[in-house]
Amino acid sequence: MTFTQRHLLGIEPLHPTEITALLDLADQYVDLNRSASKHSDALAGLTQINMFFENSTRTQASFELAGKRLGADVMNMAMQTSSTKKGETLIDTALTLNAMHPDLLVVRHPQSGAVDLLAQKVNCAVLNAGDGKHEHPTQAMLDALTIRRAKGRLHRLRIAICGDIAHSRVARSNILLLGKMENRVRLVGPPTLIPSGMSEFGVEVFHDMAEGIQDADVVMMLRLQKERMDGGFIPSEREYYHRYGLDAEKLALAAPDAIVMHPGPMNRGVEIDGDIADDINRSVIQEQVEMGVAVRMAAMDLLARNHKARPREVEV
Amino acid sequence: MAPRLIRNIKLVDPETDEVATGWLRILDGLIDACGTDPAATLSSDDVTDGRGLYCAPGIVDLGVKVCEPGERHKESYASAGRAAAAGGVTTIITRPDTDPAIDTPEALEFVARRATEDAIVRVHHMAALTKARAGQEMAEIGFLKDAGAVAFTDCDHVIADTKVFSRALTYAKAIDALVMVHAQERILSKGAVATSGKFASLRGLPAASPMAERMELDRLIALGEMTGAALHIDQITTARALPALARAKANAVNITAGTSIHHLTLNALDISDYRTFFKVKPPLRDEEDRQAVVEALREGAIDVLSSMHTPQDEESKRLPYEIAAAGAVALETLLPAALRLYHADALTLPQLFRAMTLAPAKRLGLDVGTLRPGAPADLVIFDPDAPVMIDRTKLESKSKNTPFDTARLQGKVRATFVGGECVFGGLDA
Repeated sequence: MTFTQRHLLGIEPLHPTEITALLDLADQYVDLNRSASKHSDALAGLTQINMFFENSTRTQASFELAGKRLGADVMNMAMQTSSTKKGETLIDTALTLNAMHPDLLVVRHPQSGAVDLLAQKVNCAVLNAGDGKHEHPTQAMLDALTIRRAKGRLHRLRIAICGDIAHSRVARSNILLLGKMENRVRLVGPPTLIPSGMSEFGVEVFHDMAEGIQDADVVMMLRLQKERMDGGFIPSEREYYHRYGLDAEKLALAAPDAIVMHPGPMNRGVEIDGDIADDINRSVIQEQVEMGVAVRMAAMDLLARNHKARPREVEV
Repeated sequence: MAPRLIRNIKLVDPETDEVATGWLRILDGLIDACGTDPAATLSSDDVTDGRGLYCAPGIVDLGVKVCEPGERHKESYASAGRAAAAGGVTTIITRPDTDPAIDTPEALEFVARRATEDAIVRVHHMAALTKARAGQEMAEIGFLKDAGAVAFTDCDHVIADTKVFSRALTYAKAIDALVMVHAQERILSKGAVATSGKFASLRGLPAASPMAERMELDRLIALGEMTGAALHIDQITTARALPALARAKANAVNITAGTSIHHLTLNALDISDYRTFFKVKPPLRDEEDRQAVVEALREGAIDVLSSMHTPQDEESKRLPYEIAAAGAVALETLLPAALRLYHADALTLPQLFRAMTLAPAKRLGLDVGTLRPGAPADLVIFDPDAPVMIDRTKLESKSKNTPFDTARLQGKVRATFVGGECVFGGLDA
């Protein structure tokens, strides 16, 4: 089986073989990106529109570069300054853009489910670049590719996801993906930052970091948003760092060859010690950024192929 | 006017808890007589055979939003009346959460006039308990009661100021007014569009614990005990609120409770991929909660079943789930959806009709909701087995926001009588 999706809205609808197919293609694009010419014509003649209703530098740059390396015409729309401010609804924006015949729409939106809603109204392939607290599928894919290349496999690994799970779409997509690939996923964080019903997802929940990262093969740290630090969810930044920040002492409890990941941007000294983030023997944070471009190239390539094979007109 | 006799019909009597084949005679807009003995001795020029059909008191729907004044494009008294008649609802009790709110006698007189002119079913109105439903100052509840308000409510606005709330309840008690209240702790449920749990976590939706309901209910019970006011909880939707409700009733607090057809027949998983027509307030609950609510309705711990009819236009629903408007239209789907529980052997017809007719009528002091001779001939004649597929575009409501679109249900209204007049369908065809 190969990749059969028309959109990449989340990890939830994907079959494990689709995840593998995407990662296999991404591996090839890693090689391309490391070569001298860095160019392919896979998306030549196609139009990619990046619609970001929420600020992003890294993800947007990664998608833009991925499209350009595959020969697509890439347009960035900063939706925060556009007509949505003038009261235009998301549906109207979608219909307007649809009339311009894009082939790939990359969308980030602050509300969960907004990208699904938009995908129902357009003819082209839609890629979710993060919707609210719901999913961020390309981030989970790039994390998976990083793990697979570092560990040589993407199954039967002990993976600890640590920090603010409650507000993280990265965590949700990773839990789904790593679960589908049959890994043992642990969630580590204060109870106020673990969403309810998590134990029903087939994961183990730990509130004690030492227990949670014991013998872990992968330690995945999450960003703690500044606005959540004071009093609301945790007592203080320094208490959080003491209990849940990744330092050498805590990392020593993980497997000796454990890798450290972070989706960025990092708060050094809040969720992660600066020395660990920079330790090239443990940290794969820079590799994650590199894999991001390759995974997005693979995702857009596969979706474009599916749309070429089975064009569709949606009722709008 | 000549008497009209319907015979060979199954009479659903919520007072005796029985369903029996019998006859019913209508004279001058009232139920003249009814019985289960052979009807041959009765004479009438106008005889209808109701073989295969059921006759019950017309539904009394407590808590219907008609969007006049303010949003007539969503629902008018004319369209709400037609929708009600088509759904076997013969009395609608409107909510005051219009724009502006019904919080003065003048506003009440306006909607009463609109209802009298345009609606083909009976309409009674509730009025706001506080001005603009803002929870700051009491509305003129004495004047409003004189002008015809049957109950007082700030709808889904929970009054935060306990002093204001307790004084309003004390005042309402003195004039024998019923107060309908919403049991969701306001800080905990603020911004929540889902019930916390696996589903909300998976979808990344802001969620509140189901305990928000129990917390506010405890506060309301204490206020009821303190003031002696007659309280009706608009919707009880969670299992963990039920023991507190039962205790309050046992302690003789003057309290009754309702639930909505959506909480009785749907659960959070029905929201699926962010289907905004399933966004209601409070949010849909887990299956265990739904089952507990069905059980409570069977035992009478929950007294009233309502549609909580809330029209919303397409624009307010075609938005990301978090910011889409809450509410669903349900006047026309209330009966067929409720019959799901009858077909599932969860509730009997008298149990369902007690909650949709007798119980709300009694609580509001209305003379409808019964088959007793002398009562107004407000009746619904229906076939509980007839299959229907709900097509939202065919609804009489101006707004089409039903979660039951394309649902296959059983139960068709054949005729609706209000004061002996047929306002929907007919029996002769």
